Amino acid sequence: MEEIDITINKNTIDSPGSSDNILKRLKEDYILHLADTTLILSQRNAEWCGHGPILEQDIALTNISLDLLGQARNFYQYAAVLKGGSATEDTLAYLRTEREFKNLLLVEQPNGDWGQTILRQFFFSVYQYLVYTQLQKSADIQMAAIAEKSIKEVTYHLKWSSEWVIRLGDGTEESNKRMKQALENLWMYTGELFMPADYETLETAGFEIALLKEKWFAKVSEIFAEATLILPANGYMQTGGKTGIHTEHLGYILVELQYLQRTYPGAEW
Amino acid sequence: MNYEPLPMNNEPSTMNISNTKEAILSLIEEVCDPEIPVLSILDLGIVRDVVFNDDGQLEIVITPTYSGCPAMDAISMDIRLKLIEHGFKNIKITYALSPAWTTDWMSEHGREKLKTYGIAPPNPKQIVCDTELFGRDEAIQCPQCNSYHTRLVSQFGSTACKALYQCLDCQEPFDYFKCH
Repeated sequence: MEEIDITINKNTIDSPGSSDNILKRLKEDYILHLADTTLILSQRNAEWCGHGPILEQDIALTNISLDLLGQARNFYQYAAVLKGGSATEDTLAYLRTEREFKNLLLVEQPNGDWGQTILRQFFFSVYQYLVYTQLQKSADIQMAAIAEKSIKEVTYHLKWSSEWVIRLGDGTEESNKRMKQALENLWMYTGELFMPADYETLETAGFEIALLKEKWFAKVSEIFAEATLILPANGYMQTGGKTGIHTEHLGYILVELQYLQRTYPGAEW
Repeated sequence: MNYEPLPMNNEPSTMNISNTKEAILSLIEEVCDPEIPVLSILDLGIVRDVVFNDDGQLEIVITPTYSGCPAMDAISMDIRLKLIEHGFKNIKITYALSPAWTTDWMSEHGREKLKTYGIAPPNPKQIVCDTELFGRDEAIQCPQCNSYHTRLVSQFGSTACKALYQCLDCQEPFDYFKCH
């Protein structure tokens, strides 16, 4: 970890005003944002392992978790190559602090009940599908390749979570009540999805994130209509995750995720 | 060998005859998928290229079926061991993500082996990879009794690449190697 920081500082000191260096940092931050977001959602979904409502759905969610982990690894590996020095996918995932994580607030929210887990996955899958569709056209070949690889998986996640949102929203009185509660808990974290951070630019991403908002609403509305759920009015939206200002939950996730490497540095199996 | 999808540029005619791409491929054909041991990695279509680098290094390019496929490490190790067994020392295994792996790359032979093993092979046309709601469901044939009268139990099965089905005629549950 320290070595990674030193590398960054040295670059900055060598040529403080260089726009190349600034662009390099923004690009790395953007990739880390993509990596952190998929890693944290993967970790959250993995908490369901062995606790799913039925075996098949337990397996479904852990399969999704595994896909997200694979995507995160691809992004971390690429970020490590760009950073150079001693950075590896492991140092980036295991040795960065809460303030350095750039994941969306949405994905760090607690699993709650099955309904909340489903709704969180659905909101994210719609977003991820739109983002990766754009990334596939990236001029950066590696970014485009990771997106191309991931999007088939994301398509499955989107289909699976859409069907569950409908089943629960348009299900029993109890399941509908729980979906409404989940919506109330999660809605304020959806605004951040389309508010660009300083590293989310045309130069780093190749597209404008804010422009995907309408498509996201359209897809969510379509599923909500089937699920007899009502899209809330745009209320207060919490932001900060993209720049490292997180809800209290992320610290606890990282404690569990990073425990082994923090306690036994360099441990391998 | 029935193996179309690998792009081959047969340059190294100066090489020893046992060091042609075809020879290397026939060596690593013995490497199997650890989760579905009836399938060789060539049947699966995950070997993308064999390169003889200038420094005498032998490079094998493979691609994961799914981003998080946990079998990739085991497969890399098995390829390496198989090549070491045949006297190769300088070996490099690289991962390529693009073009993304698709079930279309699975060999006909592989599809037949899957079916015999009790796993329904992927349908030739991708239907499931579609975000449209209530899209047409795929008709999946039961690998036991060949009936198309089957139902989807779960889109996710025992590994990322499989879905869970049940035959409504013979009642047997079975894995379907889903289109990807």
